[in-house]
Amino acid sequence: MNSPAPITPPKTTAPVPVLELRGISMEFGSQRVLQDVSIEVCRGETLVLIGESGCGKSVTTKLLAGLLEPTRGEVQWDGRPVRNRSARELRRDRLRFGYLFQGAALFDSMNVFENVAFGLRENTELKESQIRDVVLERLREVGLAAAVGDKRPSDLSGGMKKRVGLARALAMSPDVVFYDEPTTGLDPVMSDVINELILQTQARRKVTSVVVTHDMHTVRRVADRVVMLYPLNRVGPDQPQVIFEGPPDEAFESDDVRVTSFVRGEAGARLKEMYAA
Amino acid sequence: MSASLINSDPTPIHTVGRAVSNLIIATGDLTRFLFLTLGGLLVRMPRSRVLWPVMYEVGVRSVPVIAVTGLFIGMVLAVQSYDTLRTYRLESRIGSVINVSLVKELGPVLAATMLAGRVGCAMAAEIGTMRVTEQIDALKALGADPISYLVVPRFLACFSLIPVLTLIADGVGMFGGWVVSVQLLGVSDHFFWLYSQQFITAFDVVSGVMKSMFFGAAISIIACHRGFHCGSGAEGVGRAATDSFVCSFIAILVLDLVLVILLNNVFRLLWALGIQVV
Repeated sequence: MNSPAPITPPKTTAPVPVLELRGISMEFGSQRVLQDVSIEVCRGETLVLIGESGCGKSVTTKLLAGLLEPTRGEVQWDGRPVRNRSARELRRDRLRFGYLFQGAALFDSMNVFENVAFGLRENTELKESQIRDVVLERLREVGLAAAVGDKRPSDLSGGMKKRVGLARALAMSPDVVFYDEPTTGLDPVMSDVINELILQTQARRKVTSVVVTHDMHTVRRVADRVVMLYPLNRVGPDQPQVIFEGPPDEAFESDDVRVTSFVRGEAGARLKEMYAA
Repeated sequence: MSASLINSDPTPIHTVGRAVSNLIIATGDLTRFLFLTLGGLLVRMPRSRVLWPVMYEVGVRSVPVIAVTGLFIGMVLAVQSYDTLRTYRLESRIGSVINVSLVKELGPVLAATMLAGRVGCAMAAEIGTMRVTEQIDALKALGADPISYLVVPRFLACFSLIPVLTLIADGVGMFGGWVVSVQLLGVSDHFFWLYSQQFITAFDVVSGVMKSMFFGAAISIIACHRGFHCGSGAEGVGRAATDSFVCSFIAILVLDLVLVILLNNVFRLLWALGIQVV
């Protein structure tokens, strides 16, 4: 005879982060990029990862998105380890994420329309007419005309590639959007256009966002919280690799010279370090 | 003492050990890649809009280069064999020499080599570029399995179309041999085909085609594997393409030897069992 399931009292603990890295270390062959890094991303917030080139920001983002497996430590989505998911579950759960890659990573063999439609064609049973409507809507959201759909990625400017990449990332209506250096290599106006699109996406869809950038203008405009990583080869033996975590304004007022010199773009301390080396 | 050993230059034994270790790791990785591909094939067949362009690239666009190569190999074989056979007054048998060589050995190996050069290098470079430019990560991020999307269609195309390319190489090579032997060197047309017919068995044709299927599978797996493990930048892509051809060519030769021994034993077994294979 089956006894009724016990009623568990509602929990009153803090909300579970959407994405979490716990004690992550990452090595590529003999090269260690991350060591014991722990980061939480809460629902609805825009977390901006900053740090010098090569400090592991993009790797951190790919770990959060489940595109890389850590050497040590645990990645969790909604409080559940990614490692415990089957390959199929992993693919399905990853569809909650949109990813704008550093160089946009548009598929060369397809035109713009096919690039934006890719996720829909692969993962949904939508008819071609419905897919067409979604694709045109996403292109319109990022300020691109329907005629762009016929162009090849090689025919697009850097800013257009980023916008197509963003349209593709948003095509599946994700809950979380990753932006890997969204404004790098763009002129100041186009950089601001991309910043505006990030803000609009945030406002329109209430998504959780993770942004990797060197651009302090982007940090000031879009960040709710900033995490700064420091290159592992320059961190002291027992020092953490995450050297700052907090609101963007605090980063500019930090006591840590490594943080302030980075956010203010001052080379003094770094130059001294280079010459000393 | 131990520190001095660690710091000293590697001895030849260290070097050989490391090479063997790397070879075992690479073989294991390649085998795992093959099983992942076969697994992907079982889970879902590629969509036609992905498969057909690859089939066209591998099959249709390889025909001219394979036909031209086959034609000239057949012609060269005729020229090279004619003088030797004439010394023994056996020039009428030239058809058997050319055509048996083509069907049993040169056709499959030639088609495979051309496929490794034309298609294998392109696959390694294309997938390598996709890796370098994060397109493979983009596939994953968009819910596609890169093995199923990129490797399975290429594997299927190479595996299923190389027999056709082999038969084209055989046929065109025979034609080239016939043109030189009969039209230029004056060998009897009747005896050219008579001896060809007498010496070529159905088993020779089937074994040649079967060998080519293994070659096609090896070429696609090696090329895609090299692309997936491509180093960074243009240099990495170039090296992936070169490695793909070199490894594929070695694999073709090794597989050829193994399959010839295996198929000859099968032939003897069938002969012993009285099964007609000629």
